[in-house]
Amino acid sequence: MFRKIAIPVLAIIAFLILWEALVRVNNWPDYVMASPSDLPQAYAKFWNLFLIGSWQTLWRTVAGLLLATFFGTALGMVMGFSRTARDALYPLLVGFNAIPKATLVPVLALLFIGEHDFNTVLMAFLISFFPIAVSVGIGLSTLEPEYRDILRSLGASKITIFRKIALPKTLPEFFGALKVSVTLAFIGTNLVEIISPHGRGLGALFLSGQTNSNYPLMFAVLIALAVLGIVLYYAVVALEKIFAGWADTGA
Amino acid sequence: MTDLIEIRDVRHAYQTPKGPLPVLDGLNVNVPEGEFAAVVGPSGCGKSTLTRLVAGLMTPDSGEVWLHGERVKSPRKTVGMAFQNPVMLEWRTILDNVILPLEIVAPRMPRAERIARAEELLELVGLKGFENKRPSELSGGMRQRASLCRAIVHKPDVLIMDEPFGALDAFTREDLWQTMHALRDKEPFTAVLITHDLRESVYLGDQVFVLSGRPARTQYVMDVQWPGGPGLRELDGLYTPECAEMLHILRDQIRIAQGRGPVEAH
Repeated sequence: MFRKIAIPVLAIIAFLILWEALVRVNNWPDYVMASPSDLPQAYAKFWNLFLIGSWQTLWRTVAGLLLATFFGTALGMVMGFSRTARDALYPLLVGFNAIPKATLVPVLALLFIGEHDFNTVLMAFLISFFPIAVSVGIGLSTLEPEYRDILRSLGASKITIFRKIALPKTLPEFFGALKVSVTLAFIGTNLVEIISPHGRGLGALFLSGQTNSNYPLMFAVLIALAVLGIVLYYAVVALEKIFAGWADTGA
Repeated sequence: MTDLIEIRDVRHAYQTPKGPLPVLDGLNVNVPEGEFAAVVGPSGCGKSTLTRLVAGLMTPDSGEVWLHGERVKSPRKTVGMAFQNPVMLEWRTILDNVILPLEIVAPRMPRAERIARAEELLELVGLKGFENKRPSELSGGMRQRASLCRAIVHKPDVLIMDEPFGALDAFTREDLWQTMHALRDKEPFTAVLITHDLRESVYLGDQVFVLSGRPARTQYVMDVQWPGGPGLRELDGLYTPECAEMLHILRDQIRIAQGRGPVEAH
């Protein structure tokens, strides 16, 4: 328990001390870089905006992530079971993933004018489904034939084989991808919140910090985003422990 | 009386980008009920194809496979399979791994009955007390024992094994040979064992089938006369002149199958 909690907390404190020292040694004003000691004032002053913004950013990220999980898994299944689908979809997916998502923000804004929540969720989804689709696809397509044969030789249906073997066997890969997708989804949400401002989420708070030259506020937003990312990441880790804890051999 | 397994003049070729690759060409294997057939042959001669045919996982281009007087055209619930890879489902306990076939074959069987059946087998192979361990906590030999239990938990007519002991060290392998005999003593089944180990084929087999190089046909069939007669076989029997004689004959047959001709008189 000490290792699990105390060590990461100590590391975070060390990081904050280093950051504070860096700013003080260089005597940087807060418009170059705010220091950790500037942040509490920002949180105290705008705490209600932080709560509202965090909630807006969080729910839209989670919604995008849920979409990505659903769609990514479905796509991964299609690619995992059909060689033709795999050959057809891989270049398309890789190409799509290579497009800088920032360039898609204006495209989405024009496609669905005024649908801010929808656009934001869509972007979080678009940026985060790729790792899930690829890892589920690879997990399913690399299933050793013996695993299939032990059930197939008993006359089990494809659905039974998927449910009893392919699905659980792919779970560790799925959760590995989901951890990557969590942080990606936050990037997607904030891209829209910052590039296509509509006054919602932590991204909007960041923008208002910029407009009002309130630099500590901008840094405070970044830290708040980091905290949200950590929370969501460890929520996924907890789910992984429940559903794929068997894959952890304790090494 | 007809044999439990009859493979009649089977021919099969795999389609490859370079054209058809014949793997079986005139394969004949007959195994009476309750007998143990060992199949040996050079590497890559189509032995694994034979297991897939008997399991109904594929149908041959020509020829027939019969099980229990019925033509095999698709998978049946009456076979059990074990491979060199024990194929343990890492997310299940050893007990739940062994139960797996019952979930498919006997979905209505009460869980208590399934557990009782699995526990009985696990005790037979010396895994009592390991029921609730994960496969990753067991050694390779123990996992293979569990894999054998799973292959026969639903009382299949035929147990098909594709080099199940191939990845184990020599002593563990001998232990498992004896486990195999102990299992047969308590749980009568008909077995087809694919192996590269001639000593294994003689110690476990009632008959040894030698396949020729690819495309494989049945080149030679040996009726094993175990020194000391029928009954439980002692491992010491492997070191008798009678056994050495059988191994010599099989070795010569393998050399012929490899296209090298027999060694000089021994």
